[in-house]
Amino acid sequence: MSDSASSSINYLNNDKSIKSWLFTLDHKRIGIMYLIAVSLAFLAGGILALLVRVELMAPGETIMSADAYNQAFTLHAVLMIFTFIIPAVPAVMGNFVLPIQLGAKDVAFPRLNLASFYIYLLGACIALGALVVGRVDGGWTFYTPYSTSVGDGVLFITTGVFVMGFSSILTGLNFIVTVHKMRAPGLTWNRLPLFIWSIYATSIVQVLATPVIGITMLLLFLEKFLHIGIFDPALGGDPVLFQHFFWFYSHPAVYIMILPAFGIISDLMGTFSRHQVSGYKFVALSSVAIAFLGFLVWGHHMFVSGQSAVSSVIFSLITYLIGIPTGVKVINWVSTMYKGSVQLKTPMIYAISFLFTFSIGGFTGIMLGVLAIDIHLHDTYFVVAHFHYVMMGGNVIAALGGLHYWWPKMTGKMYNETLGKIAAALVFIGFNLTFFPQFIMGAQGMPRRYYDYLPEFQSYHLWSTYGSWVLGAGLFLILFYLIASLKSGKKAGLNPWGALTLEWTHTTTPPNPHNFEETPIVKRGAYDYHLAKELFASGGEVSEVVTSGK
Amino acid sequence: MGDKGSIWLPDAMSTFANEVDALFWFVFWTSTVLFIAVVAAKVYFMLRYKRTDETSVPEPVHESKLLEAAWIVVPTILVLFVFIWGFDVYLKMNTDPTDAYQISVMGKQWAWEFEYAEGVTAFSEMYVPVGRPVKLMMNSQDVLHSFFIPAFRVKMDVIPNRYTSLWFEATEPGEYQIFCTEYCGTTHSGMLAKVVAVSEEDFAAWIAEQSQDLPPEQLGEQLFAQCAACHAVDGSAKIGPALNGRFGTDRKLADGSTVTFDENYIRQSILDPASQVAEGYQPIMPAGYSSMSAKQIDGLVAYIKALQ
Amino acid sequence: MANSHSNHPAHLQHHFVSSEQQFDAAKMGMWLFLVTEILLFSGMFVAYVVYRTWHPEVFLLSSELLNPFMGGLNTLVLLASSFTVALGIHYAQKDNKKGLVINLVLTFLFALTFLVVKYFEYTAKFEHGIFPGAAFDPHGVSHGVDYAMYNVPYAKQFFSIYFVMTGIHGFHVLVGMGLFTWITIRAVKGEFSSEYYTPVENCGLYWHLVDIIWIFLFPLLYLM
Repeated sequence: MSDSASSSINYLNNDKSIKSWLFTLDHKRIGIMYLIAVSLAFLAGGILALLVRVELMAPGETIMSADAYNQAFTLHAVLMIFTFIIPAVPAVMGNFVLPIQLGAKDVAFPRLNLASFYIYLLGACIALGALVVGRVDGGWTFYTPYSTSVGDGVLFITTGVFVMGFSSILTGLNFIVTVHKMRAPGLTWNRLPLFIWSIYATSIVQVLATPVIGITMLLLFLEKFLHIGIFDPALGGDPVLFQHFFWFYSHPAVYIMILPAFGIISDLMGTFSRHQVSGYKFVALSSVAIAFLGFLVWGHHMFVSGQSAVSSVIFSLITYLIGIPTGVKVINWVSTMYKGSVQLKTPMIYAISFLFTFSIGGFTGIMLGVLAIDIHLHDTYFVVAHFHYVMMGGNVIAALGGLHYWWPKMTGKMYNETLGKIAAALVFIGFNLTFFPQFIMGAQGMPRRYYDYLPEFQSYHLWSTYGSWVLGAGLFLILFYLIASLKSGKKAGLNPWGALTLEWTHTTTPPNPHNFEETPIVKRGAYDYHLAKELFASGGEVSEVVTSGK
Repeated sequence: MGDKGSIWLPDAMSTFANEVDALFWFVFWTSTVLFIAVVAAKVYFMLRYKRTDETSVPEPVHESKLLEAAWIVVPTILVLFVFIWGFDVYLKMNTDPTDAYQISVMGKQWAWEFEYAEGVTAFSEMYVPVGRPVKLMMNSQDVLHSFFIPAFRVKMDVIPNRYTSLWFEATEPGEYQIFCTEYCGTTHSGMLAKVVAVSEEDFAAWIAEQSQDLPPEQLGEQLFAQCAACHAVDGSAKIGPALNGRFGTDRKLADGSTVTFDENYIRQSILDPASQVAEGYQPIMPAGYSSMSAKQIDGLVAYIKALQ
Repeated sequence: MANSHSNHPAHLQHHFVSSEQQFDAAKMGMWLFLVTEILLFSGMFVAYVVYRTWHPEVFLLSSELLNPFMGGLNTLVLLASSFTVALGIHYAQKDNKKGLVINLVLTFLFALTFLVVKYFEYTAKFEHGIFPGAAFDPHGVSHGVDYAMYNVPYAKQFFSIYFVMTGIHGFHVLVGMGLFTWITIRAVKGEFSSEYYTPVENCGLYWHLVDIIWIFLFPLLYLM
């Protein structure tokens, strides 16, 4: 069967011209184009992060001036957040996997999907244009009045973020409609893979929150360009109002970044434990609940910003309420392995790492939610460490797991499993070495966004910088063997992990241009392994692909 | 009495610092125990249920309603407990005693200025009496700043066009670091100062000493504290040029012209920093210092003139 | 596979199973888009509410400078256009091509009228130095109104909000005119019928939203 699959037409070889890629309406190709774009963004942001870490090895100037440092950390954050992490999982894996997991031929609006990609590219280019005109300063939060008082770079960044926002909205809108209207016969809500549930929840946040950052960026732009006096205190505006506007989007945006990771981890845990994901309904519905609750906690970024004490108390309380379902999810993922059949392939190593790093991110989040403690920890390295544990230890590690999981399906090639495990270990060790010392120095009082620092913090900074090298080595190793696999990798089978979702069971590897030759009919839930025992009886390739004679 | 710090927290030197720390340690240890439990369960399951037979398909586990309820209810109780405790401490930190001694704090790029009711102005060192509540009324002259004293566990944003406040009561004499924690531009990390906590008698003596009219050079030295983030007096280049040994010499400017470093040049550079920028430096000096009085500027000129 | 496509109607895209699925999907997408539009404007409404709460007297004073007659006229124009676009959809459902085209053209003309009125309103403001932002400097006298009297603190914020809100709304009207040009051409070509009129329906939904937003803007800015 795998022979006939590999020789047949698939989405990669049906038309190899450049034009067929640039104008493609195929969600899989769009997903691959996103993969290349966000990987470049990640590379650029990552190199900046390494430079920032080298600069911080010693107090005072190490390799760059204060202005260069301030621009480097600002650009690192802008690139990582707006051009990498927000589109990463939904736009790459969501695009590639979601329609196939639904049993659909494509997303509901393929043209809109391609448009989102180009809007994203346009926005990213405008944001990078800031580099040409000069000074990009003020951090990714653009707090006024500083952001309106420095160079024109901020104009470009805000315009870029505004434009990329539309890409995010259109992708979210597309996915919501696709999930509602394009499910294969038999694929009820209760049978959906948890990846779909989480992308669905993410899409809700994208659609509801992004317009607000759009208008905020527009007002910020006008503030800087025309001095309309809404946010600039020198003109009678209110800088705290800007913070409310900004966090009303940017807190939910945290869920745009983390919810897709929940989906990937759920799929990985189910597949590699060959087991029903524990608490399926809870995991599914709590993602949607978090998506909505996420709109009510923005004020916890502002406990010391001058907002009223009453609002701080309310925001703190709701922050806990949102923490609980997240904690319960972690327990659900762990208990999925209980009495399962656990296989430690590379993607599963990432899922296991995720449980470790994300839990630390979660617990420190609870700590930051406590009003009295947050006053001490706010705007210190403790916060920096916390959000890197959530963003990188959560989203990026999960995304790497997802990439290793779907790579064979996307490319038709297997990567080197040994190198995969070594890289996963390097990433895990390097990540913890980089960011754990930051918790300690933050609690000791080291403020964030500091070019220079007191000598007593140096040992922590040194460890952190060494860690960043290990982390960087791990990531470059991944880049190396994944690219190598394209040339010399073993041919991937239809379903190398023995998963039960449609992209593994009902289509070829790589998938054919229209995903399915016949619309699949779904008869069981995404993780109902006990209902599919016969598929595993031979111990070999697991597939229900219906291949026609051609 | 203040407590010695640990690897996690700096020394606790204000009246409520210990309460904040107690809460910190409670959350810290509860989290650590739960975290270890999660990791232990994870590692155990991973090894115990390792796949040995490729054909094995385990049966789904019957989910225990009691267990599920437990891991929702127990964390909920825990976080509500922590919330109420945190709320209680927060309330204390937010309710300043009515008899507090008040100091005005002005944040500006990139220095702190402390103004006492007695008419004394200080930079870089904020003297406070031990054992008396002190309330800071804070305001910014330019962009957002944030006032942070780790040893006292207090922090508050400093905002233009609006007053914010915080209070503390130092428990022991000593010097404690002040940081700016809201990003405010090029020399954000140089916007430092110290709290100097002294006994009531020493505090009164300090105020009396400061209230006297200082000779211009000493006044200049005191004022120079707010310049020190960017200008060195030992010849080294910081964000701005060093200012020692310059007086009377000819300096090259960024526009190629030359100017004599004299009283007028110093004055001009304070009042309109962008007009005559030294060669090799960016025109980033804030214009806010132009609000200094003539007497203060004279003091600075005298001080810089005397620098070797 | 080619065979299974041959009996599909021309408007049905290949990845949909049926016209009904395609119509449902398009309509749901449109509604979601409208939600994002409302959220976009809600940010500005929040800014309006915040500043109005802080400086109610300035907002009352400044709104005197807006011309409620022009605003009211535009409200009527938009209401009429909402009616014609609804009528257009009705004719599309009845396979009445002529009725559809006439109503689409009428809607377009109403939108144009709206912008022309808006143009006169804006220029009347600019003449007296009422600009958004730094250039704000009311001066001069007309119809017995001394504009300089309105140069009070925070009047600038009121007019900034006025220009931003009506400006973005005006931009939506302009986009609407583009959309109506496009579907009018398609309607003339006879692409729509009772079987397939999704684009007409969706443009209509969009236009109703533009209308509704104006119905909020008008009293908030001109009358209160």
